[in-house]
Amino acid sequence: MADLPTATERFINGILPENPVYRQLLGLCPTLAVTNSLNAAITMAGAVGFVLLCANVITSLIRNLLKPHLRIVVFTLTIATFVTIADRFLAAYLYQMSKTLGPYIPLIIVNCIIICRCEVCASKQSPLVAATDAIGQSLGFGLALSSIAAIREILGAGSLFGLRVMPAAWPDWTIMVLPPGAFFTFGLLLGTVNWIVTRKGAKKSQRRERSSP
Amino acid sequence: MDVEKKSFAGGLKSSNLVQAWLVMVLAVGFGISLAGVQLLLGPVIEGNKLNETLEKVPELVLGNFLAAKMASENQTLEIVPRQVTVKKLDRTKFYIVYEARYQGDLKGWVVKTKGQGYADTIELLLGLSPDLRSITGLFVLDQKETPGLGNKIITHAWRSQFVDAPADRTLVVIKTGSSRPGEIDVVTGATISSRSVTAMINTAIGDLRNPLTTAPSSQGKGGKHNG
Repeated sequence: MADLPTATERFINGILPENPVYRQLLGLCPTLAVTNSLNAAITMAGAVGFVLLCANVITSLIRNLLKPHLRIVVFTLTIATFVTIADRFLAAYLYQMSKTLGPYIPLIIVNCIIICRCEVCASKQSPLVAATDAIGQSLGFGLALSSIAAIREILGAGSLFGLRVMPAAWPDWTIMVLPPGAFFTFGLLLGTVNWIVTRKGAKKSQRRERSSP
Repeated sequence: MDVEKKSFAGGLKSSNLVQAWLVMVLAVGFGISLAGVQLLLGPVIEGNKLNETLEKVPELVLGNFLAAKMASENQTLEIVPRQVTVKKLDRTKFYIVYEARYQGDLKGWVVKTKGQGYADTIELLLGLSPDLRSITGLFVLDQKETPGLGNKIITHAWRSQFVDAPADRTLVVIKTGSSRPGEIDVVTGATISSRSVTAMINTAIGDLRNPLTTAPSSQGKGGKHNG
């Protein structure tokens, strides 16, 4: 237990150092599929956040009862329940958005971020740590989704949250809101993040070399 | 899964089932809570669907252009829902049909029908001309088909093939490019979704032809023996 990260570490790790999309490359299906508008991306991130938080807390509460060979069944059952609740809730109160997202909400069940967090964190640590971990990872996921969605919506539709932000002369790059745009944007952003991380790492090792004679 | 393994467990006959107690308890607990959620939210979702249906009726009956024109002139269609009971050989089918009238004249019908798609139930709204000679519009109310393939049935491009298609003959799904009226192009990679939508339309028109054309003014039950 001693070498597992604390609640604060879990929270911070989820946002950037272990960002589910940019660093762990998990949950890419919704990342590519629903990021053609910022509204859809934020709704998706919210739904994933809700499911992740509930699944993590429940898993953590029953972690001492889990049998190793039955744990995946329990995770899946828990996740599926909360995904169904999220799906019904969206259909009831955000009807148009639920139609836009369509099958991607039920598909949260197979989003690896959630089962990964249940396995890595919630099945080993207390509910408090599991909850902060879930919030951190959800924020990281939301950050990744909204960064991709913002770029795609601005370039592809000239708008943000459905409101026009680009000058009227801007020729909307329709390809950016179509599936290829998702791959372009994600690839470039992922490359940027990797470049920053590598440069940071290089600086750190340089400093270490200098300080140790 | 556990029941199958049970026979191999030997002495501890029920051990696998006992091990799975947590799964079973959770399944029951989650099942009950989901039933609660459905009881709570089900009516709201149905209400949303009904609102959307009523919103779509004008364009399904009149087409986009006329519907937009009517809306801009602040005119509305009179929409009367009715239930049509169709008795078939082995069972009874219920259809919700919306009758669209403008100043008393029948402008068309919108039929709500559902059937099995590739992934889950598909719910359709089908606009028909008053004489049931042609289809005036198609809208997909609910579907969970495969993203990128089957869910293309919701696109305007695919649905618009049905507009002005003849309703007095069976629509046929074609893979090699439609050339004649009554032929529907398949969605590439989603033959099953395309076929089930087309089959649902054919069935609905076939079932409703008699009830709608022979007793257009009767409210409530327009049922007629078909078998």
